[in-house]
Amino acid sequence: MNSAATKAMSWGRYPRVTQNVVRMTDRHAPLPLPAEGSVLPYGLGRSYGDSCLNGGGTLIETRALRRFISFDRQTGEIACEAGVSLADIIEVALPHGWFLPVTPGTKFVTLGGAIANDVHGKNHHRAGSIGRHVRSFELLRSDGSRLLCSPWENADQFAATIGGLGLTGLVTQATLQLKPTASAFLGGQSIKFGGLDEFFVLSAESAASHEYVVSWIDCLGRGETFGRGHFLRANVLDAEEARGLKAGRPLPLAVPITPPISLINGLSLKAFNAAYYNRQRAHIVEKVWSLDAFHYPLDAIANWNRIYGPKGFLQYQAVVPTRDQRDVSEALLAEISRSGQGSFLVVLKVFGDHLSPGLLSFPMPGTTLALDFPIKGEATFALLDRLDAIVMEAGGRIYPAKDARMSPACFMRGYPQLETFRKFVDPRMSSSFARRVMENVR
Amino acid sequence: MSRVLILGATSAIAQEVARGFAIDGARFFLVARNETALADIAADLEVRGATEVATHTADLGDLALLDELCETARAALGGIDVALIAHGVLPDQAACEASGAAMLDVMRINTQSPAALMTRLGNIMAAQGSGSLIVISSVAGDRGRPSNYIYGASKAFLSVMGEGMALAFAPRGVNVLVVKPGFVDTPMTNAFPKGPLWASAQAVGGDIVAAVKKGKRGVIYTPFWWRFIMLVIRFAPGFVVRKI
Repeated sequence: MNSAATKAMSWGRYPRVTQNVVRMTDRHAPLPLPAEGSVLPYGLGRSYGDSCLNGGGTLIETRALRRFISFDRQTGEIACEAGVSLADIIEVALPHGWFLPVTPGTKFVTLGGAIANDVHGKNHHRAGSIGRHVRSFELLRSDGSRLLCSPWENADQFAATIGGLGLTGLVTQATLQLKPTASAFLGGQSIKFGGLDEFFVLSAESAASHEYVVSWIDCLGRGETFGRGHFLRANVLDAEEARGLKAGRPLPLAVPITPPISLINGLSLKAFNAAYYNRQRAHIVEKVWSLDAFHYPLDAIANWNRIYGPKGFLQYQAVVPTRDQRDVSEALLAEISRSGQGSFLVVLKVFGDHLSPGLLSFPMPGTTLALDFPIKGEATFALLDRLDAIVMEAGGRIYPAKDARMSPACFMRGYPQLETFRKFVDPRMSSSFARRVMENVR
Repeated sequence: MSRVLILGATSAIAQEVARGFAIDGARFFLVARNETALADIAADLEVRGATEVATHTADLGDLALLDELCETARAALGGIDVALIAHGVLPDQAACEASGAAMLDVMRINTQSPAALMTRLGNIMAAQGSGSLIVISSVAGDRGRPSNYIYGASKAFLSVMGEGMALAFAPRGVNVLVVKPGFVDTPMTNAFPKGPLWASAQAVGGDIVAAVKKGKRGVIYTPFWWRFIMLVIRFAPGFVVRKI
């Protein structure tokens, strides 16, 4: 269990910090704690900002904790070590008719990371966040204690650890309830819409009819084209409908090196977004997707995050409560459109009413919006501060898994249970994110 | 459905190889010292698709055990389709330079034990008229280097023996395969700083499984480009090798 100073990075490649990295290779072993300084569990580094970094401290890499423990093919309950990735789980479970109850937009995250961020997906309106499907886990604390946590046992630690950003201890293993799936394909529609009103009508009517719903909006649209986008909705095909379908072999695409400058700029973006919107002529197109094509389109391009160049990028994801969701979404989109800085497409989704089980869980009833921003210095940070102000005013919150820059005040307002959460933080655990938004601010 | 014997089953590379066969519903007989780790690995393989996993705790450095162990495994599996010899240590070179006993200890674990197993398993498979016998050697066995010639020598023996066995046993239906990994990021190499030449145990395990499924015999390097690196290193003059 050596420690070597390395520049482990987050997915946004910003900020860059230096930290020691040690590895956990045996779930029965004690935590590989250094003599001094803080530690933070680190999985596949897919958090975008600094919540998976621990500048000046130590990361405990969990990737070697890759063993499955049990899988009941009748009930769909699967237990595995925390470093098992969602891709690993799909590989094992799908042939037996089981799929993830909730999945984020990449399968290259560890189960531990999925729990620590209480991730959500395109079926949030039906299934809520992943924490609702976690039956139990073992939490290893720096004092050597091991707590079995579930909604019934150590329930307060359970609630603190789900969405707890790795600050409450290291999850060594977890048990997840999978969902039955009739096939590995989805069928549904891609519907063009001209503005936000149409989007909310489509969302409301699709919530009952479709398991998976998500939308893409052209964030550069102005005037007539403001708020235009594509609305995707899908259900899993049954075995009969999926008969004879074959998933295409993925092309070995990758961004092999980091270009010297960001390839995302005003010109390339305008062209891309317009082309993306117009590629579909008809108002409604019936579609069939493989699981990978539907859930993980970006996983097909290895290291796509390099496209933003050496400065990296910021992802921004906020949720605003149901009450003013239409007007606040419009205000956010207008601010982004005015700035001309947003990248690619905004992801827009209406969350369901399921309560998230974590003290610091991100999802709440309302509308969530996510997009990337190439870092163009102060202007980018100022824009995101303006977006924060709109979100805070509306009573919304920002997603820590995506964040590298929100203010402590913004975090505190968005997460009213923060004071309760503090009681469960492990004294040896910390992160760059935690020090930035949780410390010295009371 | 393959019947797979793994000696040194808790090694990181061995675990990855086992996973590659588990997907196809293989039956396993796993041997290692650590009982807890064996139980964990058995559970993992079962979830990944293994039909049956038997575990056996033994110290493979105990040469007297080996013949009987092979027989137990053969009987338990009802024949052996794939045998992987994966145990070994990365010795403290300085300690081995200082003490002949320490050096011989390494030879017992890294060389004598695998060589005895190769002999015994080769005969079992020849009697069956089929089987794949895989031994994990190392690129370090291709050329003696000042910093790790003890480890290199212990592996060189296996490379030469396996290479010869591959030719000798091919007519009897047995594929003998010598695997020469380069730098692999495993618990054995935890203390080394990692650079671009390092491969994951997952990648190396995947290469081995692919080679076995294709029925390869002889020598493979993994990742494959180590063949070219070692070609250069084998012919490099001594004053160059002294520096690497």
